[in-house]
Amino acid sequence: MKRTPLRRVIAPAATVAALALTLTACGGNNETDGGGDTASGLTGSVLIDGSSTVGPMAEVASELFNESNPDVKVTVGESGTGGGFEKFCAGETDISTASRPIEEDEVAICEENGINFQEMVVANDALTLVINTENDWATCLTVEQLKTIWEPKAEGKITNWNQVDPSFPDEELTLFGAGTDSGTFDYFTDAINGEEGASRTDYSPTENDNNTVTGVEGSVGGLGYFGYSYFEQNSDSLTAVQVDNGDGCVAPSPETVADGTYQPLSRELYLYPSIEKAADNAAAKAFTEYFAENDSTIAETAQFIALNDEQKSLLDSELADFQSAVDAV
Amino acid sequence: MSLTSSTTVDKHAVAAGAEGFLRQQRARHGEKVVFVVLLLAALVSVATTVGIVISLFVPAFQFFQEVPLTDFLVGTTWSPTFANPEFGVRPLVVGTILITIIASIVALPLGLGSAVYLSEYAGDRARRALKPALEILAGIPTVIYGFFALTLVTPLLRWFIPGGAEVPAIYNALSAGLVMGVMIIPTIASLSEDAMSAVPSGLRQGAFALGSNRRQVSTRVVVPAALSGITAAFVLGISRAIGETMIVVMAAGLQPNNSWNPLEIHQTMTAFIASTAAGDIATGTTVYKTIFAVGALLFVMTFVMNMISIRLVRKYREVYE
Repeated sequence: MKRTPLRRVIAPAATVAALALTLTACGGNNETDGGGDTASGLTGSVLIDGSSTVGPMAEVASELFNESNPDVKVTVGESGTGGGFEKFCAGETDISTASRPIEEDEVAICEENGINFQEMVVANDALTLVINTENDWATCLTVEQLKTIWEPKAEGKITNWNQVDPSFPDEELTLFGAGTDSGTFDYFTDAINGEEGASRTDYSPTENDNNTVTGVEGSVGGLGYFGYSYFEQNSDSLTAVQVDNGDGCVAPSPETVADGTYQPLSRELYLYPSIEKAADNAAAKAFTEYFAENDSTIAETAQFIALNDEQKSLLDSELADFQSAVDAV
Repeated sequence: MSLTSSTTVDKHAVAAGAEGFLRQQRARHGEKVVFVVLLLAALVSVATTVGIVISLFVPAFQFFQEVPLTDFLVGTTWSPTFANPEFGVRPLVVGTILITIIASIVALPLGLGSAVYLSEYAGDRARRALKPALEILAGIPTVIYGFFALTLVTPLLRWFIPGGAEVPAIYNALSAGLVMGVMIIPTIASLSEDAMSAVPSGLRQGAFALGSNRRQVSTRVVVPAALSGITAAFVLGISRAIGETMIVVMAAGLQPNNSWNPLEIHQTMTAFIASTAAGDIATGTTVYKTIFAVGALLFVMTFVMNMISIRLVRKYREVYE
């Protein structure tokens, strides 16, 4: 009869004790982590969010960075350039990636919340239009034709390739494109339709570029667009459209971006590290420095179009500005 | 005195020996703890439902202050994320209902058929092999079903269906609906089979004694007797189909479509919620609230389904002693 109450007392007590031990153990572990006896001695975490175009490059940067700093946890999100800036200016992330420059109203929100940042151009991109490999008629499109396809008044009307050009075959036009939160969408609508955000809406908008890859791969009359690196990774299953801006057909490639002939869809890709966060978080500062200093290697590994010499020296001075701004905090 | 005390002791001894376990000798705190824990467990689901309703309907209510309810229900264009947004939810509802109907066409006959077989025809050994196999189907993650639809079923449909290599479209309602039907077969089969097994065997034996064959017993005795349980199984399966997300995101596409053609790309309500929420829109904007408005409509739809189901279950309930 005595055993029962004893067990009743002991069992919960043991559970509580075990729980407490686990908790202390966890806390203890964290502390050991904090002490740091690794190669670089650097610990902590870096939160990155923003463009789905730049995301893969930031991903590669974090992998390379982790080789020498294994205890820093770098998280790369891809909520789109606009979505990224919203989090960034709310102070939720350390670094924002972008496929267009930050806009004035976004700068205003950042200032309101006391977030200062340094703009860095880290790579070039050719916004690439892709078609099905069986499509042999639309391998070169003029900017005019692209506008015919994508402008707002095409909605519900331009649904067949032969409406774009009478010489094109009777083939249904199936469109895939960027979601409205992405810098790619902003840039594309600005460059092609002449107004940022103006687009037909009857297509599949997505921040997930793989949805576009699968869709165009599976539709002979498919047309989609995204950053060059996605095309590079899927060049076996998709064809890139050459763009004619009045001076003949130009295919997207590192060369045509570097010499400025791939127009109007060449663009620069950006990194926006927060000054305050970098001053607070040594890992975020180190990651930014690493990114800027090893930019060409990262771009090459991630199959992005690297900076030219002029842009490289600009990045060096941007890094110097960043470092002095962080030191001044 | 000693006598009295000894009798008292005796009484106590008797009490402890015979009735001691029945009488509460001290406060049983453990019992109270168990009671509270169990009560909390039951309350969690109630609290969750209340929380869902509040978190869903408050932003949805705000949404309808910005967008008139009629625009939402009557409009035929859904483009809330674009520069000139339109909020006609009809295309999403069309996609949802279309895919649910296709799934039901697959799942109701196959599910009921499997249930009749398992309950009335299958021998003991066959049942022991088949039931777990059916239940494995229920355990497959829906992402896998999505892959299956996109990479196997759609190409097969393109091969079967005349009209060229482009019919159906790469993302289409038919493929997603068929695979979703397969997904809900186990739900329907398993619940229907439980209902049929619960039919008293006296009814079967009576029918056999009157000279009925197996088919007559199944269709005229067992299925009618179990109809209330079968209805519940159907409704639960259909509710799962309405709420299913991953298959439609992967295989049906992300473009709202107001047509009833199952060979075209369609976006369902759940697919819109999933893809828009993943796109990370700013909180407090109208676009953000659309998620809740669509979610609330989905909730109302499944809620109405469940109400109908309860009605039907009551109506067809047969009670055997």
